[in-house]
Amino acid sequence: MSKIMGLTGDGAIAYAVKQSSVDVVAAYPITPQTLIVEEFSEFVHNGEVHTEFVCVESEHSAMSACVGASLTGARVFTATASQGLALMHEIMYIASSLRCPIVMGVVNRALSAPINIHCDHSDMMGSRDCGWIQIYGENAQEAYDWVVQAFKIAEDPSVLLPVTMNIDGFILSHSLEGVEVLDDEDVKRFVTTRKPVLRVDPDKPITVGALCLTDYYFETKRQQFEALEETTKVIDRVNKEYKILTGRRYGFVDSYGLEDAEAAILCLGSTAGTAKTVAGELRSQGKKVGVIKPWVYRPFPREEIMKALGGLKALAVLDRSCSFGAPYGALCSDVVGMLYQNGKELNVFNVIYGLGGRDMTPFDIEAIFNEALEVAETGLVKEPLKFIGVRE
Amino acid sequence: MVRLKDLTTEEMFTSGHRLCAGCGAGIVARMTLKALRRPTVITNATGCMEVASTIYPFTSWKIPWVHVAFENAAAVASGIEAAYKAMTKRNAWDKQVDIIAFAGDGGTFDIGIQAVSGALERGHDFLYICYDNEAYMNTGIQRSGATPHGAATTTSPAGEVIPGKPEFKKDFIGICAAHGIEFAATASPAYWNDYITKVQRGLEVEGPAVIHVFSPCPLGMRHDSEKSIELAKLAVQTRYWPVYEVNKGKYKLNMKVPKPKPVIDFLKPQGRFRHLFRPKFQHELEVIQRWVDENWKRITELCGEA
Repeated sequence: MSKIMGLTGDGAIAYAVKQSSVDVVAAYPITPQTLIVEEFSEFVHNGEVHTEFVCVESEHSAMSACVGASLTGARVFTATASQGLALMHEIMYIASSLRCPIVMGVVNRALSAPINIHCDHSDMMGSRDCGWIQIYGENAQEAYDWVVQAFKIAEDPSVLLPVTMNIDGFILSHSLEGVEVLDDEDVKRFVTTRKPVLRVDPDKPITVGALCLTDYYFETKRQQFEALEETTKVIDRVNKEYKILTGRRYGFVDSYGLEDAEAAILCLGSTAGTAKTVAGELRSQGKKVGVIKPWVYRPFPREEIMKALGGLKALAVLDRSCSFGAPYGALCSDVVGMLYQNGKELNVFNVIYGLGGRDMTPFDIEAIFNEALEVAETGLVKEPLKFIGVRE
Repeated sequence: MVRLKDLTTEEMFTSGHRLCAGCGAGIVARMTLKALRRPTVITNATGCMEVASTIYPFTSWKIPWVHVAFENAAAVASGIEAAYKAMTKRNAWDKQVDIIAFAGDGGTFDIGIQAVSGALERGHDFLYICYDNEAYMNTGIQRSGATPHGAATTTSPAGEVIPGKPEFKKDFIGICAAHGIEFAATASPAYWNDYITKVQRGLEVEGPAVIHVFSPCPLGMRHDSEKSIELAKLAVQTRYWPVYEVNKGKYKLNMKVPKPKPVIDFLKPQGRFRHLFRPKFQHELEVIQRWVDENWKRITELCGEA
């Protein structure tokens, strides 16, 4: 049995965490993530969960306490955004390297300076190489569904890696949606309880976080690289199990109109929703456009995106962050690298948009589709990287 | 006070580690693990104790030991404590476990003080032990907030104009006591029974406890490695290192030093103070003696001894 609840993106995450029997939440408030910790505190103070809520004095300590708790065998969650994520950066590498299956809600927000509280993906992109599984949601429903799945993915003995669930700050975090939630019991049965392989246990003492120098460090990193690649099998399996439970299909990539599209937009998060709407209108006018939305950004779903490309002649990759001095934004760099690796010739251009919460309007998206259609027709990319929606 | 014959002969911190001969940190670790009352977990900040005791694939620790980073031993301890509590609530854990966080003075006085303060304020049940060798010895002897006035380090060198560190040492126990915690204390490894008794007390109290222990460092303080314990004794006998405890805000002097030796007896064996004995800088010796006198007066007044 399931029911529909009115939840914000943050609220959907908090509710999924509540249902997932989390042992420890260590978190620090930061806009626009704050609703998550506020709503979760209510669950704690009303005795609705058994969770120990460690209300730490910084995000650095939040992630540090999460690592400690996770190594002890607990199911662990935290959430942050922007500067908070940047402050955690050091410990995020340690969390993945020590194989801590922590789940973290990241409510994407611009990085200072200038200080800004609104959405872009600079925060997560700044930590994209931290060895975490990284998922982006398009709406509150996806946030809820992925968080429930995230615990099962992260804690699988063959994974044991942390997961970030990214949602767009304010656009999703503070917007109320009808979210279909599962029964508590169904979630409990689905996620079960964590069964740690190794843990901090005085009966079986282990040393965690030893010093590895030139003789061993490289091997640990090589194994970690492999470990993140290997997670795809478990992600796929959990997606399938979740579909049986809910009827909702998840995977590495979501796509729209790709069966016959000649030009498409590839983007992360809520922008994909707007892009699908605009694509629908253009398709009704006979324009062959489509949308590709990676749900999973790390490990980068090369195979699934390659498959989704189908017969595309042009692709616009939208980056909601700026990789200063690089040929493309982070997402586009990955896409171009993937195409080259696969020997696929496809005309690609990169659009940087929406920094600091600047609206991405349907008109902007229509213009990008039209440009992509022109590229598809002419085979010429005039501007490989451009900014949209900005005064220049 | 604990007696020698009551102590376990079992070594939970084993030999074979790479700490220097005469290192105070190793002595502190060994004595600490002789004070344990039940299963215990260690969190260790980055530093000498960490790098020298766990060079992969070796370890000196026979009990669970976790190192995450430099500034967060107290935060990691918070997480471990919360995890045991939560797992106990859902009947997935049934052992009572003590938690000790070890950190040097850099990881405590400077980069880690926020995490320490947060953990003390939140009231986690753990014992925080700062082994204070009065500089960043692991990275090659740089000054910290715990380095005393006048000491030469690689970032406060004995120059012709500025003779060592101009600033004075921070009152770490005062900071901890201000959190209203049950137990905070100083100690010196020269007085093993006082130290071990304090570790036992720190583990017994419910909630956070802190021990600030002097830790000789032959390499960084530049003293003879066989003189470490002697130096740790001189630190107390010169009143440089008052040994006291604070029970819920109430100070108590543990070692009275009725006939103190002059602080130069403590400074002289250490190369880090050698420049102060040049005629040009000898007035600095008086500055240090004055600081020692004033600090002793302040502490003994707090202890109601003055």
